[in-house]
Amino acid sequence: MSDDHHQPHSPSPVERRAAALEELLTERGLVPEGFIEEVNRAYEKDIGPMNGAKVVARAWVDAKYKMRLLADGTTAIAELGLGGAQGEHMVVVENTPEVHNVVVCTLCSCYPWPVLGLPPAWYKDPPYRARMVREPRVLLAEMGCEIDESVAVRVWDSSAEIRYLVLPGRPAGTEDVPEDELARLVTRDSMIGVARL
Amino acid sequence: MDAMHDLGGRDGFGAVVVERDEPVFHEAWEKVARGLLLAVMRNHPNPSSSALRHAIERMDPAHYLSSSYYEHWLTAAATIAVETGSVTRRELEQRGGGPFPLSGPERPEPRPDASPGRSRFHLGDHVRVREWHPHGHTRCPSYIRGSVGVVTRVDGPFPIPDVEAHSPERIPEQTYSVCFEADELWHDGQRGVSVNVDLWDSYLEKP
Repeated sequence: MSDDHHQPHSPSPVERRAAALEELLTERGLVPEGFIEEVNRAYEKDIGPMNGAKVVARAWVDAKYKMRLLADGTTAIAELGLGGAQGEHMVVVENTPEVHNVVVCTLCSCYPWPVLGLPPAWYKDPPYRARMVREPRVLLAEMGCEIDESVAVRVWDSSAEIRYLVLPGRPAGTEDVPEDELARLVTRDSMIGVARL
Repeated sequence: MDAMHDLGGRDGFGAVVVERDEPVFHEAWEKVARGLLLAVMRNHPNPSSSALRHAIERMDPAHYLSSSYYEHWLTAAATIAVETGSVTRRELEQRGGGPFPLSGPERPEPRPDASPGRSRFHLGDHVRVREWHPHGHTRCPSYIRGSVGVVTRVDGPFPIPDVEAHSPERIPEQTYSVCFEADELWHDGQRGVSVNVDLWDSYLEKP
């Protein structure tokens, strides 16, 4: 049942199934009290793309940090107090005038939770997973991210333990913008690689 | 297993549908499904993300494609709860008042020829992905099998998922980021495109 709807409605089959499994496991003491709320709460409030945006903004203003970030993503991201599940082995790939990077997980939906939060539905659904390795330029253009023929496209399929974050190029004309304002310019999609800034 | 989750390169799916300002969860049951799968993994005799992923991969292919991500999680949670003896399918169907589709059984064969510490390749090596089609869990996508790429990064060692998903045994091997030119994979002339896939040592051979 959705929190957003105040009118009662008859539950859908999947809602009934979820409720049935929850009830049975709870009755048997297999779901500790508060567990479901606890494992999800952080991703609704504290963990999301605003974390990755801080990493990107720092790399834009601090050349030495950027070098550390590209050499050892996990350690450099931890400098900003970020890490945890699905961020244990981070690799950051840099967009340049010559190279555009984009991340996918064709086998499931691996995603760097500590810096981007939980993935959007389109990242988990079949069209993106099927097509990004097959026709990335076409799909990127469809998603509003046209990549010039002169720019190489590198697709990263997160098939093992490494999780990827794209370091997007810094927008032109932001030389005097302070770091915290820069972070507000960084979008989730630019850190997946389906948008440019 | 060569199941429906292995989507790389499949045709016919159409446009990517992006929802503006998408919430983290759309409906309350999605949070429940996520929490329940994490809860049942705590009671799993062999907890690992490989076992979790494999419980989703074992879904009926038609159900997999026609259901949302969190319905996958719910189905995997119920499957593991039944397999570990916490509930029965009959109880689930009685309580839910209708059918409760579960994932199919494990078929953990053939076992990969993995060995602890295996690290046969180096930066710059050309490698070919083995034509290997286990019925159990693997993280070697089918669209790269038989293709040749170049090792561009060496990571790990990490336990090979093909073993970890099915047993308490852990066989750590090196993984490699292998760079495939699009022409090697698809033979249709996409210019300036590479696909980089992270692969365990046992998935590879000398070309």
